[in-house]
Amino acid sequence: MQKIMVCIKRVVDYNVRIRVKPDGSGVMLDGVKMSVNPFDEIALEEALRIKERGSNAEVLAVSIGVADTQQQLRTALAMGADRAILVQVDAAVEPLTAAQTFLALARKENPDLIFLGKQAIDDDANQTGQMLAALWDRPQATFASKIEIADGKAVVTREVDAGLETIEIDLPAVVTVDLRLNEPRYVKLPDIMKAKKKPLDVTTLEALGISRGQLLTTIKTEPPPQRQKGVMVKDVAELVAVLKKKGLI
Amino acid sequence: MSKILILGEHDGMTLNPATLKCVTCAKEIADSQITVALFGADTAAVAVQAAAVLGVNKVLRIDRPENAHPLAAVFAPQIVALAVDYTHVFGPSTSFGKDLTPRVAALLGVPQVSDLMAVEGAYRFRRPIYAGNALVTIEADPRRTLIATVRVASFEAAPPGGSATIELRTTGASLPTHTRYLGAKSGSTDRPDLQTAARVVSGGRALGSAENFKLLFSFADKIGAAVGASRAAVDAGYAPNEMQVGQTGKIISPEIYIAIGISGAIQHLTGIKDARTIVAINKDGEAPIFEVADVGLVGDLFQIVPELERLVG
Repeated sequence: MQKIMVCIKRVVDYNVRIRVKPDGSGVMLDGVKMSVNPFDEIALEEALRIKERGSNAEVLAVSIGVADTQQQLRTALAMGADRAILVQVDAAVEPLTAAQTFLALARKENPDLIFLGKQAIDDDANQTGQMLAALWDRPQATFASKIEIADGKAVVTREVDAGLETIEIDLPAVVTVDLRLNEPRYVKLPDIMKAKKKPLDVTTLEALGISRGQLLTTIKTEPPPQRQKGVMVKDVAELVAVLKKKGLI
Repeated sequence: MSKILILGEHDGMTLNPATLKCVTCAKEIADSQITVALFGADTAAVAVQAAAVLGVNKVLRIDRPENAHPLAAVFAPQIVALAVDYTHVFGPSTSFGKDLTPRVAALLGVPQVSDLMAVEGAYRFRRPIYAGNALVTIEADPRRTLIATVRVASFEAAPPGGSATIELRTTGASLPTHTRYLGAKSGSTDRPDLQTAARVVSGGRALGSAENFKLLFSFADKIGAAVGASRAAVDAGYAPNEMQVGQTGKIISPEIYIAIGISGAIQHLTGIKDARTIVAINKDGEAPIFEVADVGLVGDLFQIVPELERLVG
């Protein structure tokens, strides 16, 4: 295991309550706290654990985002990534463009493994890892909850609707991670200081030879319909009466 | 005319109900011709079921030993070979579909729209973002094949009554050997399937232990319900992962959802928004679950659940 590339995305923090702009042009992002996509944090943690278990692989954190995405890459470096690359863009890219961009980085860096979160909590698309694996013509193991690496192969346990599924994949490969793979570490202050000295390169889509695809058009953004306020009942007997009246039990 | 290829999900014996939801979504596109593709070692039995779904025009059986298990890397090149004849390729937004369709889209060099929840035109759809806290209307380029997953909670199952033709098909696709299926472990149960059950009883961290979840199982069995769990309960080890309901678990649309000891994090509410009726039982009257509940009861679940089980009898 020489090198693990981890793709991370800057997203609105998990705890922020999302508000739609009144004109329907998107969601409000001004002054909102931004963080590393939580699934990508788990992906990075797994890469770091593989490194620390003795493989001594280099851990490379990469992202596509606006200039401020350097903050999230610094967080990745503080967690323990060795270096980082930001592909700087002025607006969000579609998953297919993201996959093409990560492919260009993979061709330069030749990682043994590429880790991503199974989805980003902003667009919830759940596409980039699978697309990257397809373009790279390599195996994919999505929704990973356990990863064991030996002899140029990985045995991955996947969280599927019916339970757990196990597959074996040849490396190099793309693995997208699910919630229960691990619990990411907290960043300590000295690590934040150390991270400032680690290399963070900035490049562009053009430099990588990627033309930004705009294949989907967002017509409008709207808030979801609200459920009507319900009723409170005082005891079980009343609850059962209400449910019987609705014909539900 | 829209020619829609639906990637049928099955376990070798039974067609997954998620496929019926995809058919309903595809039928909402005007003037659509619907084909269901079944990949497997032997899809004869499943093909008969798919052919009987109202609205399906054709069923393709792509039988070969390599298709015995749903590996995206193996299925995707075969789907690409079939896709030339279609304007749309749909899969369900289940773990099967989510794993598979982006790989197909990338091989075709086309975008994917995930989690279609409403059809506004052949290339115009609504889908949720930010865990359902916003909805976007997306338009795709009609000159390209459109790949999409269908949010199964948003559509009813297509009824029986169809009589589609069944065709055996082979593709010239060469298949990779870099991905191998080793096995599966499922919490097999006699209870209804969580994803498609009309009634769901679900427990949260307030249950306190895996042992206490038996209280829910007992009540669920009395009313013929499936059992779900919040992420907090799954993370605490009280329930297995396949029971998780929410943004990253299952998104469900039962007639009645009974949330017991679940506080109602946004990520959980995402998974239950389409339930017809939500019942919340929680000792904290300020819990966010009560904001979405149709019927709420504040109190101790350990007293309420046994009493509820007695009274519904």
